[in-house]
Amino acid sequence: MLSAIVFLPLVGAMVILLFLKDARQIRLWAAAITVVELALTIAAFVIFRTEDYLRVGDMEMVELRNWIPALNIQYHLGVDGLSVPLVLLTGLLGMCAVFASWHVKMRVKEYFMWLLVLQTAVTGVFVSLDFALFFIFWELELLPMYFLISIWGSGRKEYSAMKFLIFTLLGSAFMLVGILALYFSVGTFNMVELQSMSDGAQLIIPAGTIFALLFIAFAVKLPVWPLHTWLPDAHTDAPTAVSVMLAGVLLKMGGYGMIRVGVGMFPSKAQEYAWVLAVIALISVLYGAVVTVKQTDLKRLIAFSSISHMGYVLLGIASVVGMGGAVSSVGLTGAAMQMFTHGTITGLLFLLVGLVYEKAHTRHIPDMGGLAAQMPIIAVAFLVAGLASLGLPGTSGFVSELLIFLGTFPVWGWITALAVFAIVITAGYILWMLQRVFFGPSLSRFASLGDATVLEAVPMVVLIVAIMMVGIYPSIISDVFKLGLEPIIQSLQYVVTP
Amino acid sequence: MTLHDLYLLSPELSVAALGMLIILLDMFIGRKRILAVVSVVGLAVPLVFSISLWTELSGDPDGQMVGIFNTLAVDHFSLFFKFLIMGILALIVMSSVEYVSRIKQFKGEYYGLMLFSASGMMLLAATTDLISIYIALELTTLPLVALAAFLGTSRSTEAGIKFLLLSAMSSAVLLYGMTLTYGFTGTTQLVEIFERLGAYSEATVPFGSNALFLGVIMIVAGFGFKIAAVPFQMWAPDVYEGSPTPITAYLSVASKAAGFAIILRVFYIAFGELSLDWAALFAILSVLSMTVGNLVAIAQSNIKRMLAYSTVAHAGFIMIGVAAIAAKVPAEGSGPSAVLFYLVAYAVTNLAAFFAIIAISNRTGSDMISSFAGMGRRAPFLAVILAFALISLLGLPPTAGFMGKLYMFSAAMKSDLAWLVLVGVLNSTISAYYYLKVIRVMYMVEPENEEKIQVAYSPRIAMYIAGLGILVLGLFPNWLMNVAEKAVAILFL
Repeated sequence: MLSAIVFLPLVGAMVILLFLKDARQIRLWAAAITVVELALTIAAFVIFRTEDYLRVGDMEMVELRNWIPALNIQYHLGVDGLSVPLVLLTGLLGMCAVFASWHVKMRVKEYFMWLLVLQTAVTGVFVSLDFALFFIFWELELLPMYFLISIWGSGRKEYSAMKFLIFTLLGSAFMLVGILALYFSVGTFNMVELQSMSDGAQLIIPAGTIFALLFIAFAVKLPVWPLHTWLPDAHTDAPTAVSVMLAGVLLKMGGYGMIRVGVGMFPSKAQEYAWVLAVIALISVLYGAVVTVKQTDLKRLIAFSSISHMGYVLLGIASVVGMGGAVSSVGLTGAAMQMFTHGTITGLLFLLVGLVYEKAHTRHIPDMGGLAAQMPIIAVAFLVAGLASLGLPGTSGFVSELLIFLGTFPVWGWITALAVFAIVITAGYILWMLQRVFFGPSLSRFASLGDATVLEAVPMVVLIVAIMMVGIYPSIISDVFKLGLEPIIQSLQYVVTP
Repeated sequence: MTLHDLYLLSPELSVAALGMLIILLDMFIGRKRILAVVSVVGLAVPLVFSISLWTELSGDPDGQMVGIFNTLAVDHFSLFFKFLIMGILALIVMSSVEYVSRIKQFKGEYYGLMLFSASGMMLLAATTDLISIYIALELTTLPLVALAAFLGTSRSTEAGIKFLLLSAMSSAVLLYGMTLTYGFTGTTQLVEIFERLGAYSEATVPFGSNALFLGVIMIVAGFGFKIAAVPFQMWAPDVYEGSPTPITAYLSVASKAAGFAIILRVFYIAFGELSLDWAALFAILSVLSMTVGNLVAIAQSNIKRMLAYSTVAHAGFIMIGVAAIAAKVPAEGSGPSAVLFYLVAYAVTNLAAFFAIIAISNRTGSDMISSFAGMGRRAPFLAVILAFALISLLGLPPTAGFMGKLYMFSAAMKSDLAWLVLVGVLNSTISAYYYLKVIRVMYMVEPENEEKIQVAYSPRIAMYIAGLGILVLGLFPNWLMNVAEKAVAILFL
C-alpha cells in the first residue's frame, strides 16, 4: 500500500518521460495519477482511523525489506498517527498542484514530470522509517524543486532556486553527520528503534551536538529565523503550483522531522533546549508577522506569513518541557495540527494568488483594488482562506493555534503571551490585504477580467472543504495526531520524573 | 621464474601483448576502426585470465598467490583493480572511435599506448615490492605522457611536457622516500617492511622515527602526484585541458584508481605500524584537496578544467577513506572498502560525463561551458547523460555518487572522524554550485543554433553502459560493497 502511494507518481513521471508527447495528454495523465494518488492516501487515512488500527504508538502498513545489508540500510516504510495526516496532505496538495498547472505552456512534459517526482520524494520522507531512506528521500526532493523554480519560475528565478538548493543542502549536510553519528552509536537506522534507544545511549559525539545538527537541518526547512531567508525568494519566484507544494508540504518536512526525530529521539535534549526553541519561535512569529505587514507583493506577503505561522509550530514543540513533571500532549498536538492546517490554508492562498496574478497580471498590491466585483468566487475563497489564516473560529486555523497557545502558555507564559500578539498583526495584514485587493472602488482597467473557471475551482473547493471540515470537526485529524504523539509524550514523562 | 609466475602475470602480459598486436596490425589495416574493435574484443583474453585467477583464489585459504620472487601478489584486491581498469579501458576505447578518426596519424599507437599504460596500472595494483612498484608506476605514466601530447597542438604538447617534467620530479621524490624506507628497514618487500617496523624501537635506529617519517612523507608526496591531491595537483588542470579528451577521461579515472590501489597497499600493509601518523597526513591532504578543488572549480569556464578541479576534489573525498584507519580491525564497512566502491562509482560517473562532453565538443569544437547552451534541446540524450553524471558527482540520490559518499562518510564516522565527515559534506554543498552551473546552461540558456547533435554507435553504447552503471550502483549498491569488502580483506591480515 505505502509503496504504491510513494511510487505511483514516480511511475507516472516515467510514463510521461517515455511515452507521452502531446501537452493535453500529459496534463490529463498527470491529473489522473494525482487523483488516484489522493484516493490512495484517503484510503490509507481511513484504514488507519478504523477501529482495529487504533493502537497507541504502533506503526501500520509496515513494509520491511533488506536493501543494502552492507550498510544496514533497509527499505522500511510505515505510518503512524503523526505521519498519516501528512501523507494525506501531500496527496491533497499534489492534486491541487496539478490542477493549478493547467495553464503551463512551456516545456509541459518536463514540468509535469518533475512535479510528480517531487510528490514521490515528499511522500517518501513522511513514510520512511529507516533513517538513511528518510535522508535519501529528503535529498531526492531537491532536484525537482531546483528545476521547477529555475525553469518555470519568474523574477530572479535562478538565483532563488540556487539559494533554496544551497540552504537545503547545507541543512542536510548537518543532518547526514547527525544520522551517521547516531547510527554508529546505536547500531541501527531503524527510526522506531532509535526512538527508544538513543536517549541515554553511549553516543560517539555528545547527544546535544547531534540534536543541534539535526535541529539545524529541520530548522532550515521549517524555516525558522534566522535560517529563513531562502523562503521568501523561493516562494515568490516559484510557479504557483510549486509555491503550493513548497508552502503546503515541503515546510512540513521540517516540522515533521523536529517532532519525530528531534523530540522523539532526544526527549531529554529537547527539554533541555526547549527555552532556545521557544525564544527562536517567538522571534520567528513576531518577526515574520511584522515583516509581512510591509510587503507590497501579494505572493511575498503570503510567503512571509508562512514564517510567522511556522513559528507557531516551533512554539508548540517548545512546550515539551512540561509543567511540574507532567507534559501535556496539547502543545505538540497543536504543532502537528498547525502543520496540517497551514498546509491547506497557505496552499489555497498561493493557489488564489496565482489565479489573481494570471488574470490581473500584477501582484503589486497598491495597483489592485475592487477585484471582488470581477472575480467573486476567487474573492470569497480568498476571504475564507484569509480568515482561516488569521485563526477565525470555525476554521481550521483557529483550532491549531488555540491548541498551541493552550499547550504552551502554562510552560512559557510570557513568551506565549507575546506570541499571541502576532495574531493581532496577522489579522491586520490579512484584512488590510483583502481590503486593498478585493474591495474598494472597482478599477476600469480590471473591468474585463473573468472569474475562476470550473477547472480552477476544483482545487479551491477541495481545500475549502478540508479547511472547514477540520475547523468544525477537528478531532477527525487531531485524534490521529494524538495517537502518533502518544509514545513521544510518554517518553517525555519518563524523562521528567524526578 | 616459473610457468606459474607467468600465469599470475598473464592478465598484464596479455594486455601488453594486445597493445603490440594493435601497433603491428596498424601497418596492414587501412580501416582504423577495426583497431578499436580488436582492442575491445581482445580484452576478452586478459578478462578470461583474471576470472580464472579469481575462481582459483576463492578456494585458496590465504586469499593470495605470490609470485616472481614475492614481488607480485594475485589476490582479490589486485583482481578487483584489474577488472576495473579493463572495464574503463574498454569503455574509453569505444568512446574514442570518433575522436581518433580526426587524428591524422599514429592511430594504432593511440590504442597501443593506452593498452601499455593499462598493463602498468594493473601491475601497479598487484605489486608488493618497492622496486616493482616504481617500475609499474613508470610503465603507467610514460605512455600517458605520449598520449597527452598526442594532438600535436601547442596546448597538447605543453600538456605532455608538463606531465613529463612533473612526473619525473615526483618519481624522484618517491624514489627518495623509498630509499629512506629501505635504509631504515633493509628490505623492499612490503610485508617485510611491516615486520621490521614491528620489531623497531627508537633506541636501535639512528635519527629515530622522525627520519623514517620523512620517508613516509616523501612517498605520500610521490603518490599524491599520481592522484592529483593538493598540494601536488598543479599539473592536473593544464594536462587535462591540453590532452585529447578521451585521454583526460582515462587519466582522471584509471590512473587515479591505480594510484589509490598502490596507496592502500603500501600504507595498509607496509606502514600499518605507523598508522596514526600517516592517517593524519591523509586527513589533512583530504581536507585541502576537497576545499581547494571545489573552490577553484567554481571559477572555471572551460569544462575540462572544471572537471580537472572536480577530480582534485574527489581525490580528497577518496582520501577520507584512506585516513579512516581506526576501523582497521574488521574489513566490513571500512575506509579501504569505501575507497574501492567510490573508485568504481566515480569511474562510471566521470566516464559518462566525459563521453557526453566528447560527443558534444566533437560537434561544437569548443570545451567552454557556454558552448553547452541549449543542449537539452539540441542533444537531449547527451544532455540527460551529462546532467545525470553531474548529479552523481554532486552526490544526490539515486546515483552511484550518492552511495559512494554515503559509504565513505559512514566509514569515516566509524573511525571517529566526525569532523572530516562534516568537512566532506559541506564540500559537497559547495560543489553543487559549479555542477549545477553546467546543468543550468544546458537546460536554461537558449542555444546559438538548433542543429541537432548525433552520436555514433559505439560511443552511444559506452554512454548507455556508464549511465546505467550510475543508476544501478545508486539503487543496488550492495553487491559491489560486498565485493569491495572481500577485496580489501587482504589489507587487514
